[in-house]
This record gives sequence, C-alpha cells and structure tokens, in this order.
Amino acid sequence: MLSISSLGVRRGSRDVLQEIDFTLEEGQWLMVVGPNGVGKTTLVEAIAQGLPYTGQVFYEGGDLAAEPPRLRAKKVGVLQQGHQVGFSFTVEEIVRLGRYAYRKGIFQGSSDEDTQMISAALQSTGMWDKRARSALTLSGGELQRAFLAQVFAQSPSILLLDEPSSHLDLVYEKQIFDLVQNWLSQPGRAVLSVVHDLSLAKAYGTHALLLDRGRSVAFGPVHEVLTREHLQKVYAMDVYAWMRGLLSQWDG
Amino acid sequence: MKKNGEGYRGVVYLFFVLGIVIVFVLCVCLGSVRFTLLTTLDTFRRGLLGLPAQDAGTQAILLSVRLPRVLCAALMGAALSLCGGAMQGLLRNPLADGSTLGVSSGASLGAALSIAFGITLPLFPNAGTTVLSILFSFLSMLLILSLAQRIDHMLSTNTIILLGIIFSMFMNSLISLVVTFAGEKVRPIIFWTMGSLAGSNWANVLTLLVGLAVCAPGLLLHVRELNAFSIGEDNARHVGIHVKRVKLLLLVFVSALIGLCVSIGGTIGFVGLVIPHITRMLTGPNHRKLLPATLFVGGAFLMLADLVSRSVFAPRELPIGVVTSLIGAIVFLSIFYRARRAG
Repeated sequence: MLSISSLGVRRGSRDVLQEIDFTLEEGQWLMVVGPNGVGKTTLVEAIAQGLPYTGQVFYEGGDLAAEPPRLRAKKVGVLQQGHQVGFSFTVEEIVRLGRYAYRKGIFQGSSDEDTQMISAALQSTGMWDKRARSALTLSGGELQRAFLAQVFAQSPSILLLDEPSSHLDLVYEKQIFDLVQNWLSQPGRAVLSVVHDLSLAKAYGTHALLLDRGRSVAFGPVHEVLTREHLQKVYAMDVYAWMRGLLSQWDG
Repeated sequence: MKKNGEGYRGVVYLFFVLGIVIVFVLCVCLGSVRFTLLTTLDTFRRGLLGLPAQDAGTQAILLSVRLPRVLCAALMGAALSLCGGAMQGLLRNPLADGSTLGVSSGASLGAALSIAFGITLPLFPNAGTTVLSILFSFLSMLLILSLAQRIDHMLSTNTIILLGIIFSMFMNSLISLVVTFAGEKVRPIIFWTMGSLAGSNWANVLTLLVGLAVCAPGLLLHVRELNAFSIGEDNARHVGIHVKRVKLLLLVFVSALIGLCVSIGGTIGFVGLVIPHITRMLTGPNHRKLLPATLFVGGAFLMLADLVSRSVFAPRELPIGVVTSLIGAIVFLSIFYRARRAG
C-alpha cells in the first residue's frame, strides 16, 4: 500500500534522514524503532507531507506529495504524540473534524454517514459518555483517545502513529494499542508507528524498521529486525540481557 | 445546513437582530443633542420619502451626522470583532488581535504615509489612504507571523505578544517620524493614531459595508478550518486542510478588514480582543457560533462606546479609541490574570 524510496530530510546543513526505503502492505503493523533523535518522528512527518523531503512516498503507486490534502487525508491519518488544544472544544467537536475531508460543498452540513462514523468512533474508543466534555478538562489518556476517535472517524487506509502513548500511564498505553490492533483487523488497513518501547514493538508489530542516526539499519518481519546483533549495533548495549533482567523482577 | 446542530437556530438570530436594533435606535436618539424616538422616526421617514423636513437642523444632525456615524461604529465594531475572533482561532491564542499584534499600527503607518506625502490613486482620489492602509496591514501581518513562526513554532502567547509590542513600538516611531516631516498635515495623522469616528460620512458607511460584504462571508465560510486551527495546526493538516492556502486566504480577509477600519476610524484598539473573548463565554469556542455572534456583539459594543465617547463630556468629545482602550486594557488584564492563576 505504502512504498517509500530513498527518502531523505535535511534540516539546515544536517541530514536528519538519509536513503530510507521500505514498504508497508495491507494488514501489517510496521514499528519504527531506534534511540532518541534518530529521526523517527521526522519520518512520520515526512510521510504525512508535513515537511519537505527528497525521494518518493508512494501510496498504491501514486505519489502522495501530488495529492490534494483532502484526498490525502482519506488515505493517510496521523495520531500525534501530544496535543495543545487552544480553547475548550468538546470531544465531539474534535472528533467531527475527522470528517473534514468528506465535506462536499461549503454549505454542506454533516451527512448521515458522518454522524454514524462519529458515533462509531466515539463508542469504539470509549469516549461516547465523555463526548460533551471540554478538551481542557480531559486527562492525557482521554485526550489521546479523543484524537484516536478523530482519526478513526477520518477512516484512512493507513494510520501513522507517533509515539502515541509516550506520555500515558500503562493502562492508557494498553488501551491505545489494543484499539489500534482492533482497527487493523479490518481489511484494507495498515499501521505505521513510532515507538521507543521495544517490548511494545515486539508485542504488537508485524514488521519493524530499525533506524540509527537517520539511516536504516534493518527492515523486515519484526523478529528478523529486532535481533541481538542489530540492537547491539544501534544501542551499543546488550538490549536482550537488559530486557530479560527487567522482566525477571516480576518473577515470583 | 443546520442538520449537525452546530449552528444557530433562526430564533437566536432574531434575538441578535432585535438587540442590535434597540442599541442602534438608542445611539441615534441620544447624544449631545437628544431627540425623542418619534422625532427620529419621523425624520427618517421624511428623509426616505424625500419629504421636506419639519426642522432642517434636526434633519441635518440626524441624517448627515449622527446616522452615518452610528452606522460606521456598528460596521467597524462588527468587522474588528470578526477579525479578532478569526485571528484568535487561527493563532490558537485568546490574546491575539490587530492591536496586540501591531497590525493596526502598521495600517496607521500606511495611512499616515499617504496623508503626509499626498499619495492618491489616479481614478479614486480618496482611495489612497484606504489602499495603503490595507497594504500595510497585510504586510505587517505577514512579517509578524513569519517572524513568530521562526522564533517559536508553537506560537506561544508570550512570543506573539512580545513581537506585537516590539512591532507596534517600531511602527509608532516611524509614524512619529512621518509626523515630523508632515508639516501642516499633522492634525489628521494624529487622528489616526487616536482613533475617532467624528468625521464619519455616508461614503465611509458605504466603503465599510462593501468591505464587510466581501470579507465577512470569506471568514464565515471558513469556520470549520478555524475550528481545526484552534485545535492545532498540525492536526488541521492531518485532517486534510490545505493549511498554507487557507491561512493566507484568512490573513488576506482579516488584514483587508483591519486596514479598511483603520483608514476610516484610525486605530480603535482592543475591540477585536475583548468582544470575541466575551462572546466566547456565551457561545463556546466553536467558530460556527462564535463568529456570527461577534458580528452582533461587536457592532452593539462599538455603537455604545461611541455613544459614551460623544456624550459623557458633551459637548467635548473623547476619541473612541480612548474609550475602547480603557475598557480593553482592563479586560485584557483580567484574561491574563485568570489564565496565569489557572495555569
């Protein structure tokens, strides 16, 4: 569905990303992993056409950069890391924006389909009862679920997630990942997400892209990418031993 | 269109119209010279039908002085409030406004230059001031926003307000420079910097009406986009908004309206800050409700402020900018105080 070829991003005189190639097929959940500052978020922003890049981003064979924003939004949806809502908009108003791309004319209000998608998204994310709450009174986890509902209502084929649970407690983290996994179970969908927690990558990902200082180190099925050798090279430590050590704290 | 339940029902608009008509009538009747409602209505009727006036003095005051002035106040109040509401949404910042950003000062510089150097357009001798002030307002907007974006991607309140202050000071010093070289043309220039509706005529009313008729729909048709911007600019892009294009379009409309208002009434500060803020408390932040409401509340507010400016120390007149700034500064402080205490 999505194919990236020799993608590069320069910021000032520095190459943030160089020569990135990978593909994403239907039903796959690609985990983009790597240490802090290797360009994971930049990669998501580039695919979402949020910053200038070199190389190509193809969706079903067509160049995504050439798509008008509204058509692009029907194909690719994004869930950001954090949100700074300026005013006391309600959860429902936030979710309703997800239907922006489907508006037909300037005078056109919401269609029945819009209403249906919005309620379905609110219900599946467990935000239905909180739909009239102001965004300013929500916890971080609730706010993130509201924006997840927005991107569900947007109904894209590919979901891009940028560390969707980095500020969240464990419970909310699990909620978000389970919701996305459930979303992915429908045909014609794929997910790309940036995560820093390698255990999460292993638990939910089907494929992985390991980055190191803006370059791709390995790409493929998750168990082939997150090997001891690859991780040793990128993180300069024995990640396997560390993870097992951590896990053993829970024994007994 | 009302299917989604986000907009107003007809009855609410009826209420708005009723309210603004009451304020309008009040402001036409009251002033340094007072008229009864009956006299006013009779004069209007005779004026409309072309009948001879009962009293030429009354007719002159009502039809040639007071009526255009009150209408100018209403239209400018509506336009400035609409601009403020749109800018606050666009910049995701409740303190953004033409006067806090320095855009009005920029427009004043344009107006001052055109007066001092007698810049006119070949076909429209009076349009030089208007065009220059719109142009300067747009350029100021572009300059301030691109600077703000470079300094601070999140466009935080502090960055925007600080830049606005610096820019205003810079513009005001340039205006002073122009004044120094303007010689006998100084008086009208001083007038721009104070803000006054004293010289309003029917041509001004017509200009404002045309400007509002062109720009207001342009802003009101972008309420969804403004909602998206006030929730977050990145989010707006992700849901499919052509961010660059929409932003530029909104800025063109806003700066055209601000420039137009400045060219007619000078810098009438804080209207665009205070009115959207008060209105938002009543309607909530959704621009589909907020923007139409600001038109009415802003119109009524400036008519009343103008009434105060011309009747409190009658026959002496206060510049209306002084009245709005007095009220505005206090409201500004209270927003700032509460926001800081809460945050």
